This record gives sequence, C-alpha cells and structure tokens, in this order.
Amino acid sequence: MNKYIFYPGCSMEGSARAYYESLNSIKAPLEMELEEINDWNCCGATEYLGVNLIPAYSLIARNLALAAQQMDGTKTLMAPCSACYLNLEKADYYMGERPTLGAKVNEALQAGGLHYDPGSLEIRHLLDVIVRDIGLEAVKAKVVRPLKGLRVAPYLGCMVPRPDFQHRWSDHEHPNELDCLLHALGAEVIDYPLKTACCGGHMTQIGPETAYELIRRLIASADEYQTDIMVTVCPMCQMNLDAYQGEANRHFGTNYHMPIVFFTQLMAVAFGIDPKEAGFGLELTSAKDALARIGLEIPESAQERGKKKPEGLPMPKRRVTHLIEHD
Amino acid sequence: MTPTETISSKAGLNQREDLTLLHEVSLATAGVSHLEMCIQCGTCGGSCPSAADMDHTPRALFAMLRAGMREDVLRSNTPWICVSCYHCVVRCPQEVHIADVMYTLKSMAIKAKLYKDNTAPDFSASFVDFVENYGRSFEFGLATRFYLQHQPLRLPGMTGMGLGMLTKKRMSVTPKKISGIEQLKTILEKAKTLELTA
Repeated sequence: MNKYIFYPGCSMEGSARAYYESLNSIKAPLEMELEEINDWNCCGATEYLGVNLIPAYSLIARNLALAAQQMDGTKTLMAPCSACYLNLEKADYYMGERPTLGAKVNEALQAGGLHYDPGSLEIRHLLDVIVRDIGLEAVKAKVVRPLKGLRVAPYLGCMVPRPDFQHRWSDHEHPNELDCLLHALGAEVIDYPLKTACCGGHMTQIGPETAYELIRRLIASADEYQTDIMVTVCPMCQMNLDAYQGEANRHFGTNYHMPIVFFTQLMAVAFGIDPKEAGFGLELTSAKDALARIGLEIPESAQERGKKKPEGLPMPKRRVTHLIEHD
Repeated sequence: MTPTETISSKAGLNQREDLTLLHEVSLATAGVSHLEMCIQCGTCGGSCPSAADMDHTPRALFAMLRAGMREDVLRSNTPWICVSCYHCVVRCPQEVHIADVMYTLKSMAIKAKLYKDNTAPDFSASFVDFVENYGRSFEFGLATRFYLQHQPLRLPGMTGMGLGMLTKKRMSVTPKKISGIEQLKTILEKAKTLELTA
C-alpha cells in the first residue's frame, strides 16, 4: 500500500469533478491510500502570486504546514492539479532557496500558530506517483479492458513538466510518462507534438482572443493526427479545451469536436470500472464516440444533459489523411 | 531629479532611491531571480506562445528594466498577457525566473495603479477576494461578478456553457468555506505587513 498526504485543490470538487471521481475509483485497484490535508485552503492559482507576494506564499504555505503535521509514515504530498502541484512545490523550493522569503512566510504563519520548514515534504504530482511508485507493470496487470484501437493524444500542459524544480520529469517539453502510461492501458498513443503547449490558462477569462488561438492550435493539431480523444493531467487544460471549445469554434468558424478527459478516467475504464463511475458524461464536448470505439456507452441520462445543438448546418468532420499512420 | 524620476514621484511610485530598478524588481521576486544575468538573447520572446499579443517581448521588457524605464515597464501589458507556461523559463540560458519576474511586475503595477486595462487586475483581485474570505476559490461568484463587470456582451454566448457546468454539477452556486478561515485571515493580515526587500 502506497500512502500519500493528499491535496485535492478547489477544482477537483467543482469543474474537475470527473478527475476526483475517477481517481477515487482507481485508488483501491492501485493500492493507494490518500490522506487529505485537514482543512486545506486554495493554493491561489496563478492569481494571488501576481497581486501580493508574501500573502500569496503564506496562503500556499499554510497547506504545507498542515500537511507536515500529518507526516505519518510518508513525507510525500501528492497533488493531482497542475497549478496546485506547482504552487506547493514552488513555495517549498523558494522558501529554501531564499531564506528571507522563508523567514517572512514563517513570520506570517506564526500569527496563525503554524510553521513550515522548507524541504520537509516531498511534493509530487499524481501522474508521477502512479508511473514511478506504483509502476507501469502494476498498472498493466490491472487492465481488463485494453483501450485497443483508441487513438489518444497525451496532453500535459505546462505546469507539471515545467519548471520542474526537483527534476522529476523525463523532459521539460516532451516528457514521455503519460505516453507510457496510456500505452500500458493498450491505447494507440499519438506522438502529439503540442503535448506541453499552453491551453491559455486564465486568458479564457481575461483575454479570450489570446486563449482561443492557443486552444485552436491544440485541437487542430490533435485533429490532424486523427485523435479520438485527448487525455490530460490538468483541470485548467480540461476546462479550457472542453468548456471553451464551442466558443473557440464560433470565434474561428471551425467545427471541431475533440473530447478531452483526465488520464484517470481512461485508467478506470481500462480497469473495467463503469464509465459513469469514472466521471464520463461530465464533459461538455462529449466523449461518447470515442468510448464507442472501445465498445463502451456513456449512460444515456448523463449524456443527454450535456447534448449540445450543432451550430449551423451539419458539416463533415475535418480529417487530414496525408499524415503518417501510426500502428 | 531626472525627468523620469519626476514623473515617477508624481505618479506616486514608491521608488527606492538606493536601488536600480532592475535590482529592486529582482529583490522583490520570490526565489533567486537571476534577472541581472539576462544577456538579451531573446530566447524568451521566441518561446512565448502569447508574445504576439504583448506590447513588449520579455527580452525587451528586461532591457527597459535595466534602463530604468519604470513607468513604461509598469504600464506594459506584457506581464498580464504572460500565460505562466514556463517555456521561456526552462529555455533561458541564464536561468532567469521569467514567469516569477512577471508576477512581481504585476504586483508592482497594481500598487502603482499603472496598467492600461483593468480587466486582468480586477480578475486577480476578485479571485483573491473570494480566497481571502472563504479559503477556497469560488468559480461561480468569480465568473458572474467578472463577466457582468467586464465582458457583459460575452454572456449570451456563454449561457450554454454555464448551464452545462451547473447541470453537470461542475460549478456550485454556493461557496465553500474552510473551518480555519479566521486563522487564515490572521496569517494573511500579518503577511500583508511584510515585504520581500532583501
């Protein structure tokens, strides 16, 4: 049994509910024990850091201080959300690299009766612990429904492989951990060239035109490679590509339909878990057709609610056929 | 007083007399920024997915910092367009913590009230406001407050998506509050009295 202190992050309880539900469904088969940080708070995402430095780091460090109190048999703090993972890791790293920052943050924490010594915890992402602690062989052994014939584009986004303070990943721009994992599930993994390109982050809110172009690039590239489904490790990436795909389509006059789900959702269905339990049906860009390729149906009720009327006249899905076929 | 300094003091900028602008920004950045080590190679701008929408590339902005062009730097939209993708950070041959320098510049621009467009600062401020009061982010509150104020024309096109998020219970209409909210508030209140200046 691998035990971890667990920081879910706000989006797991909201927009990334499918991530949380699918993670919960694969915990037991993977023999993972997750101990949630008691009364954790928001990590501040990418917003607080740009407003006021010491409060932003103190906000993050309250979680580190609470997590350090729960170190019982493990010092690994695991986060599934990219932004949370980076913020926790960043605070831990910079508080050590810059002792004056560490001292000021601890001065603030002290006001709340807390303290954190940088370096006490090992902060890691969910994908990292699955690939390295549990291992691909153990994952493969749990597969009862191989994702045979499903063309998947592994998409990590930015904040997991970069800046990578502790050198945990195989590469900053083309890491292969997610590729290997999806391969272990039996999927046909595309060598997706934009696997760590940006989804636009908060620009979908504050500068949509900047974001739409970044979303368009990612989806157009996945479509060129005849991807059935994109697979991500990040709530923000999922939200931007899934929920804003319609807006991006309207902006460019395109008609893409590219579902994107969390890697844990595909792990769950490969392990034989019911798609509904794995959070399928919660996506706004339906993954129904992709699941049908591996002989699965998304429960009708969950599906119907998310059904969107097609924009304008029905158009044939754009397919580029001159690209190299992958086996 | 040089003309730049006169403008700065008129604009109410808390300029530190003992430091160059470059050094001041470097010190106010979280880790060891390496900002002084920039060799103006331009790898950052060349790696940036949103550079086309910036009025200065990161390289140009760092040259302006070195030249002491405080007001022009703080008025630049560059830090607000930065998407925190860290491509420049891992490619920079001098290991400048570019993304963190952008965060520093944003907070300096907010303090000096020097930004061309208040859309991004207001978004950050609303986000922070919910976090400070509940200890958690509150997407529904943030979205409604922000879109009504800044992008009301975008709302009709967003209703489908908003309804989808609500019916699929991917967004809650009520915020969650942590039980240690008073402790968090005390910590943040103290933190607001502290600055990273050395």
